[in-house]
Amino acid sequence: MSETARYRLLIAALATATLVLFLLSLTVGPAAIAFGDSIAALLGGKASEIGLIMREIRLPRAVLGLMIGATLGLSGAVLQGYLRNPLAEPGLLGISAMASLGAVLAIYSGLAAAFMLALPLAALAGAVLAVVVIQALAGGRGNSLIVILAGIAVSSFAGAMTSLALNLSPNPFAALEIMFWMLGSLTDRSMTHVWLAAPFILAGWAMLASLGRALDALTLGPETAASMGVDMRRVQFLAVFGTAASVGAATAVAGAIGFVGLVVPHILRPLVGARPSRLLLASALGGASVVLAADILVRLIAPSRDLKLGVLTAIVGAPFFLWLVFRARRRLA
Amino acid sequence: MIGISSTGRGARLALVAACLSLAVPLSAPAAPQRVVSINVCTDQLAMLIAGEGQLHAVSALARDPHSSAMVEEAEAYAVNHALAEEVFLMKPDLVLAGTFSSRATIDLLRTLGIAVEEFAPANSFDDVRGDILRIGALLGREARAAALAAELDAGLAALAAAPPRRRSVALYEANSYTAGKGTLADAIIGAAGLVNVAGEMGIVGGGRVPLEMLIVARPDMVATGFRDYDAPALAQENFVHPAFAALEARSQPVAVPVPNMICGAPFTLEAAFVLQRAAEQDKERP
Repeated sequence: MSETARYRLLIAALATATLVLFLLSLTVGPAAIAFGDSIAALLGGKASEIGLIMREIRLPRAVLGLMIGATLGLSGAVLQGYLRNPLAEPGLLGISAMASLGAVLAIYSGLAAAFMLALPLAALAGAVLAVVVIQALAGGRGNSLIVILAGIAVSSFAGAMTSLALNLSPNPFAALEIMFWMLGSLTDRSMTHVWLAAPFILAGWAMLASLGRALDALTLGPETAASMGVDMRRVQFLAVFGTAASVGAATAVAGAIGFVGLVVPHILRPLVGARPSRLLLASALGGASVVLAADILVRLIAPSRDLKLGVLTAIVGAPFFLWLVFRARRRLA
Repeated sequence: MIGISSTGRGARLALVAACLSLAVPLSAPAAPQRVVSINVCTDQLAMLIAGEGQLHAVSALARDPHSSAMVEEAEAYAVNHALAEEVFLMKPDLVLAGTFSSRATIDLLRTLGIAVEEFAPANSFDDVRGDILRIGALLGREARAAALAAELDAGLAALAAAPPRRRSVALYEANSYTAGKGTLADAIIGAAGLVNVAGEMGIVGGGRVPLEMLIVARPDMVATGFRDYDAPALAQENFVHPAFAALEARSQPVAVPVPNMICGAPFTLEAAFVLQRAAEQDKERP
């Protein structure tokens, strides 16, 4: 089988998995509604209880799971290619944490209530700031250690500031909401959140998806890539703002969900061959599958406990991260 | 209809006098003279029961209108934050605490030789009556406590006298919290002659009710408390969810006085009267 045929097969398999999980996400919930009834109610448009649940509760949840998962997978693949660092990922680099901080400042100061777009814009600003700081510290060569150290510093700073902002809020519930911002959740999100996040997420996807050819060239090093006609300033702009717009908007409505952007590109990379451009679509579909699956599990394991998504992604992601560290250590030895 | 306000100040003073005159000849153990309460529920019972000058300080939550039904009364007392150091410096001869108060604080106070009495959260009106009588005994104010217990029983009898409506009500608070079986809120709904939807769902104690379960349960009434805490938080987003707005349009919304439902006292019945009146109103609707 040729490599292209194998790539097409992989994309078809991932797309099927995403579609199946999307349908499952629509039909799994605490209110036991039969599969046929739920799909009929979703498409029928009648004002019944089931129709209300399908259109206002489950549809936004499934759509957000799809969009946010794809965002995390895609941005992880782009960041790993662009920084040429296997550990690059919105969560580990502090991009999600800074987006959370921006969103927290917008919501708890009351700005988001006065002006709705302030929420995604503030999250985007936080994310841009994180990427710019990481890039300034890591420099052009993308030393793994420095990138990760900078990410740890940015993450802990953003986490501390988020915690401080929530503690200072006069609202008695605010302090507990640190869990949402650090671990992420899709519980009882509404179509309002979908409309708020979708334009930014789609714009971010468009920017990141256009980077495929440049990322292929970058595997030969930045100088070679520049000599092949890749405009490095344009690549930088698209990578930074594409990540910030999509991850920022995703975090603004669902909190920071870790490890998806790290694990998914790593698992898929051997399957697509050595070309980063092929990894982009595969990672987006893979990320969507992982977040949809995690969100279905959250509802199945403990429906009334409101488990956070980040708990499940970390249970899978953290051992994987340890395995990466172990493998890197063996290679160095 | 309400008729559960505490008895007048004159009667209270008379009772103080009666107790003081009784206590001496019986040579009962001396009643504590400087009581500090560090739990919002014992705060309110102590304020209702203690004699003049007997209660020194209440917890800061007693002045919080989101938690306490006796905010104005609490202004008359010193305030503590349930910290061992500040409570010790108040030199109390009795500390009233909740069983959910910090263990470290209570252990430290006992080590320092201060008597601490702990109260479990009241989950039924029997618990409430028991707590009232126990604080009355601890403070040497048995007559006042008996009067309050009688007030509670009279209120319960008044509630039970109305024909039960058997309409279903869902209590829905910030963060989608509700109260199921074995909670004071469940007892309040039962005393009002209504059916608690969360209890029917099998929820025991406090817990989250997923929005879609609430919609499927089709409650006749939806009871909510505070929807706005002056400052925004995600916890209140459930009230602006389009699905919740649609549910409220189909059922009867009721605003309940949450501070009255947090702690057990005669004023707790006010919440039951609010629910009972709301259930009757709906019956009159065409």
